[in-house]
Amino acid sequence: MPGLGARLGRGGATTTLASLADSDCIVIMGSNMAENHPVGFRFVVKARQRGATVIHVDPRFSRTSALADLYVPIRPGSDLVFLGALVNYVVNHERWQTDPFFREYVLHYTNASVIVSTDFRDTEDLAGVFSGYRAEQRRYDTASWHYAGQLHPVEGERWPCRPLVEPERDPTLQHPNCAFQLVKRHFARYTPELVEEVCGVPRELFLRVAETILANSGRERTTAFCYAVAWTQHTIGTQIISCCALLQLLLGNIGRPGGGILALRGHATIQGSTDIPTLFDLLPGYLKMPRAVPEHATLAGYFASERPATGLWYEMPKFLISLLKAWYGDAATPENDFGYSFLPKIGGDYSFQSILTMMEDGIIKGLFVMGMNPAVGGQNARLARRALANLDWLVVRDVHEIETASFWYDAPEVRNGEVRPQDIRTEVFFLPAAIAAEKDGTFTNTHRLVQWHDKAIDPPADARSEAHFVYHLGRRLKELYADDDSPAGQQIRALTWDYPTTGPHQEPDLMAVAREISGYRVADARPVAGFHELADDGSTACGCWIYAGIVTPEGEHRAKRRRGDERASLDWGFAWPANRRILYNRASADPQGRPWSERKKWIWWDPDQGRWVGYDVPDFPATKPPDYQPPPGAKGLDAHPGTAPFIMMLDGRGWLFVPHGLVDGPLPTHYEPWESPIPNLLYPTQPRSPVAPVFLRPDNPYHEIADPRYPYVITTYRLTEHHTAGGMSRWVPWLAELQPAGFVEISPELARELGIATGDWVVVETARGSAEARALVTERVQPLTIAGRAVHVIGMPWHFGFGGLATGGIANELAALIEDPNSLIHEAKSFTCTIRKGRLREGKAP
Amino acid sequence: MKGPAALEGTTRARPGAFGFLTDTTLCIGCKACEVACKQWNQLPMDDFGFTGMSYDNTGDLGATTWRHVAFIERISDREGRRPTTLAPFQSNWLMLSDVCKHCVHAGCMEACPTGAIIRTEFDTVVIQQDICNGCGYCVPACPFGVPALSPLDGKAHKCTLCYDRLKDGLEPACAKACPTDAIQFGPVHALMDRARARVSELRAQGVDARIYGDQALGGTGGIGGLNAFFILTAPPEVYNLPAKPELPQRRVLPAFFTTALAALALGIATLFSFRRVGRMHHG
Repeated sequence: MPGLGARLGRGGATTTLASLADSDCIVIMGSNMAENHPVGFRFVVKARQRGATVIHVDPRFSRTSALADLYVPIRPGSDLVFLGALVNYVVNHERWQTDPFFREYVLHYTNASVIVSTDFRDTEDLAGVFSGYRAEQRRYDTASWHYAGQLHPVEGERWPCRPLVEPERDPTLQHPNCAFQLVKRHFARYTPELVEEVCGVPRELFLRVAETILANSGRERTTAFCYAVAWTQHTIGTQIISCCALLQLLLGNIGRPGGGILALRGHATIQGSTDIPTLFDLLPGYLKMPRAVPEHATLAGYFASERPATGLWYEMPKFLISLLKAWYGDAATPENDFGYSFLPKIGGDYSFQSILTMMEDGIIKGLFVMGMNPAVGGQNARLARRALANLDWLVVRDVHEIETASFWYDAPEVRNGEVRPQDIRTEVFFLPAAIAAEKDGTFTNTHRLVQWHDKAIDPPADARSEAHFVYHLGRRLKELYADDDSPAGQQIRALTWDYPTTGPHQEPDLMAVAREISGYRVADARPVAGFHELADDGSTACGCWIYAGIVTPEGEHRAKRRRGDERASLDWGFAWPANRRILYNRASADPQGRPWSERKKWIWWDPDQGRWVGYDVPDFPATKPPDYQPPPGAKGLDAHPGTAPFIMMLDGRGWLFVPHGLVDGPLPTHYEPWESPIPNLLYPTQPRSPVAPVFLRPDNPYHEIADPRYPYVITTYRLTEHHTAGGMSRWVPWLAELQPAGFVEISPELARELGIATGDWVVVETARGSAEARALVTERVQPLTIAGRAVHVIGMPWHFGFGGLATGGIANELAALIEDPNSLIHEAKSFTCTIRKGRLREGKAP
Repeated sequence: MKGPAALEGTTRARPGAFGFLTDTTLCIGCKACEVACKQWNQLPMDDFGFTGMSYDNTGDLGATTWRHVAFIERISDREGRRPTTLAPFQSNWLMLSDVCKHCVHAGCMEACPTGAIIRTEFDTVVIQQDICNGCGYCVPACPFGVPALSPLDGKAHKCTLCYDRLKDGLEPACAKACPTDAIQFGPVHALMDRARARVSELRAQGVDARIYGDQALGGTGGIGGLNAFFILTAPPEVYNLPAKPELPQRRVLPAFFTTALAALALGIATLFSFRRVGRMHHG
């Protein structure tokens, strides 16, 4: 999410699945799209039928590879070298340097010309770290990464904001410290030869990919990238994604039909659960959660440190105050900062991995688990189960009795006698949940598209929807705290919690929830038409500003619409923001507002009407002409010229160089996975991410780089037949029978070395734990030649566990707690292990 | 008699017949067809366990499996090199969603002594469960091994081409669920036109594509074509499909004559042996 956000402005996919059908080249990397997004893959097939080239870069030959034109095997964890080499190839290629399209796009639509402070030092200068590195704290002081130029304090605002930035530019792109030259120098050593050494991809094959991508980018043609969690789940995951954004900016592929970056989300409505977040550090609509720091003590202080003077985020007070009005209603007044003090202020890392350790350490006493199965799905699953066993209470809501509910009597350590159920003091409440067909609601899928679904049937017996559970829990909490004047009591009492209920079970009315999310005028409850109608004086309420307008002033839920067409399908569901389908689509026209080409037209400036017109909703002020130049001191979107497509960014441009927003560097840099069989060939003294959060504890040991005890690379993944940690598939007979048992995929070469045949039992081991599985020997997995020697890759689906109909060793038992410093996402796509033939306990079932 | 080339892309399907075109080149092996079939027809799980045969844990069509996705790994080339440049569309890891072929001349139907197996108004072949007595004659009569007796009720079962859905104007569950339109449902002659166009388009791109289920391949041996037919990119044996299927009934007449001939020969031989014995006796 931050990978795209830092360079383009929003973390969401920049394009739509349907737009892939307009692509001339589709690169699928960090994703097994055909297996994990089979429905979306129909548009890849459609593009192929129209003549597009499909490239799949992946350690395994998967069902996606089978449908590709080019299959590129790559070592897990080396993606950034591959992408960096593409950047290097592109900027040094004659066509890129001479085709005016690329120059115009990059000059006008990116920050290529901005001059960066001379205090900045690149990793190439400092042997693998950027300037500002504080080794003892494992973090960067980012002060030296800033633009050269002026800061102007902003006066006379109702709510404060950060100073205006006025950078210096060099439109010739020749200045040695302009963003473009920094990028060029930074990637100079990312050569086809390095790709061959580090990724195991023969240089000719790399060059084929590079030629194909460049040939399919430009005025007439577009290339799209599709990625999923196989880019995200690395200690440098954010930088891998951000490198793709950098490449696509250089190629002029952002904001155009058939171009862009499709962030394929992990499963249904994951996009929705970051928009209206289940994340600890965000408020709805990607507003930062206030932290327990002096700057965030008051609402004005929050704005003074978070609100930029330019770009759409200048409107932040309208979004946040409308949110506070939606949550706290009459208790949110101008006098009390609209209830800002009721918001909890976060004091640390409460991401999933951190709370596991806090549970194990007795800091967190109770846990609600909904739609998740940490006993199997948590990294270092053994540690996760120990953490669960150390709680006072645990509420698990699911449709089956998943391992997280049954671990106390059924986990491997209980079955083999290591742990006795009577010694686990956690009180486990298992509550039956309703599945999608048993409740109303919406899904926000991978391309920000919100679609409503009606309830088809009542849930059986005591099963209830999540909305039911959360609503009635909140209602009872309000009763419990009715007379409580403590800060916690005040928070709970201030919350508006008045949704009407229907039916015998008092289901909350989700249309009422939708109206609150969409926003309304406080005085007469009339829905707002969009976020442009929100105010910063408490006269409007809106639960999530990017969803504003999803309920029309006439009361229609736009997510219920189902009228598709051959172009943007604007009347099929609703895509945030403001029903825009391709983001940054101002870039689909040239700086003068004309389509780059007839073939790739999407929106364009109509001088007669004086507005942007076309197939999509413009992601741009509708009447701002292409030749608009901001007057001095202009703020918000008025500060952007008519050529600036990236409206969320300070300067309206895509960022080649990221002065702030990423904690591990302004440019993507390759570090090896935390556990790797080889050193970092680029920076021998800096093998790993210098700022990745580590969990140094005895129950979470790490392997050394090139640890001889763990010589193989392991990557974990999913299969079409199962869903994540299995809660919705391993208990379903029709799905369980299709992949009935856990297995590992190994190459015939490794199988020969170890004397393993298909169907044999094998045990995979790391310093964290072991997992038993059946062997599937297949040519689809292959050893790669890395730095002159063969590196074997082992593949293991992570769906399996000890419950349900389809069982198997738990792959996450092997993984470690280790994170990307930006997204706080774990590294499960590449670590090291060893494997042996045999059983975990000889002669016994697992 | 026309040669195989002339029979390519032809079928003797009745006008108005409905069927499937299963285009393996578009198939991603997701098995949505298998699941949709089992759900709509309420078929129980089979639970064959882990087979180790690539991603195929279903194994075969059967009484409770009416769509079966076969997975065939043909990754390396003849020299044992793994490929990077691949043929367009599905290649190297072949996946085929197999199903009852709803033959133009159906062996199972001709073998059925009770009349339980009928040809419907859609020209599909359906076993009527209230009439089937479980004799099992249809099982060996099918050249594709489709119908099977269920241990649950002792009767023969197979794909009905979702007869109940067709009656309501809905397409079969598998075709409805297929995300890439690898399974297409429609009038057989229209599908055959589409298949011919698709095959020539694929051949133009260098893909060794062929129809399986026309009168040249798969619909041979008196079958007259398959109403559920396929586009393949390898010889049918690769997919475990018979290269030259025939109606077993076609064997009846030759078998009769062969038997008669054998009986005659045996009789003559017996006669001769008696004569020799007689002569010896007299001698």
